[in-house]
Amino acid sequence: MSVSALDPMTLHYHVEQLLARYVHCIDGDELEQWPMLFTEKCLYRVIAKENADRNLPIAAMYCDSRAMLSDRVISLRHANIYEKHQYRHIVSSLRVEARADGTIDARSNYVVYRTRTSGATEVYNAGLYLDRILVQEDRWLFAEKQVIFDTNLIDALMVLPL
Amino acid sequence: MIKESVDALNQPWPQPLQGFAVPYEVFTSKDIYKREQDAIFRGDTWNFVALEAEIPNSGDFKATFIGEAPVLVTRDPDGGINVMQNRCAHRGAMVCREPRGNAAHLECVYHQWAYDLKGKLLGVPFRRGIRGQGGMPDRFALEDHGLDLLRCETIAGLVFATFSRQVAALRDYLGSTVVQAIERIFNRQIEVLGDQRQFMHGNWKLYAENTRDPYHASLLHLFHNTFGLYRASQRGASVMDETGKHSLLYTIAGTTDEKVDKEIYKDSRSYDTAFRLQDPSLLFGRTEFEDGVTLVILSIFPNVIVQQIANTLAVRQIVTRGVDRLELVWTHFGYVDDDSEMREIRIKQANLIGPAGLISMEDGEAVEIVQKAVIGDNGQSSYIAMGGGHAEDANHLVTEGAIIGFWKHYQRQLGLTSRNVRN
Repeated sequence: MSVSALDPMTLHYHVEQLLARYVHCIDGDELEQWPMLFTEKCLYRVIAKENADRNLPIAAMYCDSRAMLSDRVISLRHANIYEKHQYRHIVSSLRVEARADGTIDARSNYVVYRTRTSGATEVYNAGLYLDRILVQEDRWLFAEKQVIFDTNLIDALMVLPL
Repeated sequence: MIKESVDALNQPWPQPLQGFAVPYEVFTSKDIYKREQDAIFRGDTWNFVALEAEIPNSGDFKATFIGEAPVLVTRDPDGGINVMQNRCAHRGAMVCREPRGNAAHLECVYHQWAYDLKGKLLGVPFRRGIRGQGGMPDRFALEDHGLDLLRCETIAGLVFATFSRQVAALRDYLGSTVVQAIERIFNRQIEVLGDQRQFMHGNWKLYAENTRDPYHASLLHLFHNTFGLYRASQRGASVMDETGKHSLLYTIAGTTDEKVDKEIYKDSRSYDTAFRLQDPSLLFGRTEFEDGVTLVILSIFPNVIVQQIANTLAVRQIVTRGVDRLELVWTHFGYVDDDSEMREIRIKQANLIGPAGLISMEDGEAVEIVQKAVIGDNGQSSYIAMGGGHAEDANHLVTEGAIIGFWKHYQRQLGLTSRNVRN
């Protein structure tokens, strides 16, 4: 499929579907699928806006390969200790732009609500997704996902991916 | 274990024959929290407020807290550092409303009272009135209404401040063990790589305990074991300053004996040799220090921890936000002379620490599970005895001695006492 041949609405549809797959996979506890939504060499960076605005490099999560993403999943499944919680992502205001090299830039807002074992739901994290997407063998994948979060006062800890 | 109940503020804490007992009420009482704000954070202590590298240039400022008091740290045109209460001398408004920035002078938005970077009041609008009406009274003098200055001192690029007029000089307050540990890490010019902030639903002293506790590391942080960054069978030590209030915990990497480790851990869930990283580049690093020490947790009373974990370097500032809420501000740094590969190493290894840290995230959970369970404490106490139950240094890591050192100093600082109980 040639991305540049797609009309804007179809392009928008495909990117929205990828984002929907992404959030359902995390919220639906199918985390083993999460790394498969990325290219093998990729960038997943979860960074406070406070640092991004100042061009400072420290991120809460920084993975530059699909294997590192898998390692995070294995760690949260088998090593890390934390109170079980449920994320609910809401993504909106998506803007999509096709690039000449066949990749796609996408920008959207997100909010993650978190529900703890007490049953209380709160706004856990809000921010911006800056994504670079491409198509490999008919699969839409993230080459880059930058999660630039406004909520730089993190409630307790961050273990599930945003 | 101590069974009798105690009023932690007004009665001596009952102590067992072996070990040390802390009344859980210290984590939940608003009266005790208030006493701490006065006796500790506004008392004879030095509190970390900034790294010099955060305010390198004239006009740079950083807003932060000592206890609950908002303070401002500035770099003035003479290159000096000033710490002052972030509160207008007029009617108490917060003067600086951003976390950091650069300004030629400070100005309160409410009535535009202007101060220089040393806190001196420069000007007051309508001081002489308008067209002969209004104005300040005749004895008003600018020099009587500056921002409240705190004593401040720096060591190796760390800035500390105090409300106290009588606390000893900073180097004496820290003591030689702590000074050496600071100078070992801050041995040349640093650069800030970024901040991370988190809050925990728990009392600040639960985090103070946690950072003085080498016992928990290989049992709660299960990622350690597969890294070989930390095992209880590794060589290390837990030492304090003379007063017991500061704690230095360190480990020396080296080859560890897998058979020995398996024997030690056989009854615990901690040892999982099946776990291997698919992308081990997370752990790539360099030996930075010739002494072979690869992990340092330096806990400086009351409000800052300096850490070296492999190639991650950071300070963690504790901000108290109420009896059951603490904030942690992590400032990560490297050295100005790091090459780009070293910088990348630090950025990648930062996955291990901070609020999303593969190693450190459980500390948030540990603080919260204690706070949740000590509510409704009925005057009961904890039991701290690993390593023998005394406030003493150890040349190993299977100890809670530094936690006891913290509590004994805490009691002295608040004018509290203990009594022995026969069990």
